[in-house]
Amino acid sequence: MLATQLLDITVNNLSVGYSNARLALYNASCQVEPGKITGLVGPNGGGKSTLFKSIMGFLQPAQGKIEIAGLPIQKAQKKQLMAYVPQSDEVDWHFPVSVYDVVMMGRYGYMNLLRIPSAKDRRLVMESLERVGMSDLRNRQIGELSGGQKKRAFLARALAQQGKVILLDEPFTGVDVKTEKGIIDLLLELRDEGHTILVSTHDLASIATFCDRTILLNQTILAEGTTAETFTEENLVMTFGGLPVSSLRQMSRDNQAYPSKQTLPTASVTRGYAQ
Amino acid sequence: MALWNWLIEPLQYGFLVRAIWVSAFVGLVCAVLSCYITLKGWSLMGDAVSHSVVPGVIIAYALNIPFAIGAFVFGFASIAAIGYIKEQTRVKEDAVIGVVFTGFFAFGIVLSTKIPSNIDLSHILFGNVLGISNQDIVQTLIAGIATLIVILLRRRDLLLFCFDPNHAKAIGLNTKLMYYTLLSVLALTIITALQTAGIILVIAMLVTPGSIAYLLSDRFELMLVISVLSSVFSCVGGTYLSYHLDVSTGGAIVVLLTFLFVLATIFAPKYGILAQKWQRKTALNDRQ
Repeated sequence: MLATQLLDITVNNLSVGYSNARLALYNASCQVEPGKITGLVGPNGGGKSTLFKSIMGFLQPAQGKIEIAGLPIQKAQKKQLMAYVPQSDEVDWHFPVSVYDVVMMGRYGYMNLLRIPSAKDRRLVMESLERVGMSDLRNRQIGELSGGQKKRAFLARALAQQGKVILLDEPFTGVDVKTEKGIIDLLLELRDEGHTILVSTHDLASIATFCDRTILLNQTILAEGTTAETFTEENLVMTFGGLPVSSLRQMSRDNQAYPSKQTLPTASVTRGYAQ
Repeated sequence: MALWNWLIEPLQYGFLVRAIWVSAFVGLVCAVLSCYITLKGWSLMGDAVSHSVVPGVIIAYALNIPFAIGAFVFGFASIAAIGYIKEQTRVKEDAVIGVVFTGFFAFGIVLSTKIPSNIDLSHILFGNVLGISNQDIVQTLIAGIATLIVILLRRRDLLLFCFDPNHAKAIGLNTKLMYYTLLSVLALTIITALQTAGIILVIAMLVTPGSIAYLLSDRFELMLVISVLSSVFSCVGGTYLSYHLDVSTGGAIVVLLTFLFVLATIFAPKYGILAQKWQRKTALNDRQ
């Protein structure tokens, strides 16, 4: 199932303000290349979520322009080009819906106004559940899932939507190493099928394992390019300013494409300076 | 036999039969919307709309137009005012809601003392299902059926809007339209319940059935069924109680509903207080 068309995201001179007139993001310009996995990296409060929400059209920018494959955001969304996997703490896990219901919501954009699922909708939902290994759990209420299963359920929704651009906001928070690896493998598969993937994370350890490209962000775009180019000590110090450089050095040594998990610094070290 | 008489005796009075089926209908409409309102966290919004309709009702009576129209206009005006002030100022949302709806409500009270009309303010506040006129029944039915039709047709979108409005936006759906649809049915439901429960108690009919059902169910479909059953039961039972005990009808309905809620909070099999205690205890024992 190769995509016939590769879609990019262009962010041009974007500034987004809070209601208190402070800017969360200023003059940010970057390019998310088609058919690649791009990591969006920066400290907490550095504007990652703001950029994400702007790309998804949830926030109105004070200035600047965002285009998806040359289309304005709303047009791209109407064409079902963009799928979004939210952060776990943005979801009401007590809501009385099943995993199946949630994945079916990925198909609403294709249905008529009454949102009655067709045979194709049901088939795609089952296939998506199968692909993330959640078929057996489809009738569970979403709050009864583990952290990793919750992620996979929402990933399945993105798959069911068949968006060619997939945005994942902090997908590895509260997820064990095995699930993280599962998600990364799936993302690599999706990339090879021609999806454009943007992942925001403050977990530096995982970036080098799967991101083709990296965008470093702290209030504005500080660097972008291939992960090997971007993940330099100098850039990381600039992005996370004032953090222990010794651990950053360790990072940049390990930044060859997809090294095995063992060569990476331990998670606890990473978390320590990502705060 | 005593129970049979208890149930049969009131049915010889036409006004009581009417009160029973009208309040059951109102209970049904409120219970359906209640599931959405409680899941969306819009209880305070319901409170706001219900109080804000008062000036609209009084003006409508004075101008001799259907009260539903006046109520709808003022219900929406209050929401527009809340939205605008929240966006333009730094005042927090709950404070804005509190200021706006009490302002509308107070304006209504001022109007009611100045505009000569034959309406009884206490009927607007507490409902008067026993004395409901045919004309009012027609308005109740129209507003209620319109609500049910809109919810039936848009139920999946409304549920998505309550659950994950960001996703709705991401797949290109019109979330503004969903927002206003939910608000419109909220206003319509309040109009439906105005004559039965009154604007003070309608909020109970909008919040309590959904909350009872939420404690008892993990599935939205089941939640709807439980909500409707508990609400209709309370509406019919409350009307009977009000006849036999000679107490306020709206009051009896809400007391009954609240009683069911208390039962649910304590005894709900999974999310009740006892069940939660029991689960914690067994979890601890399993550890040891």
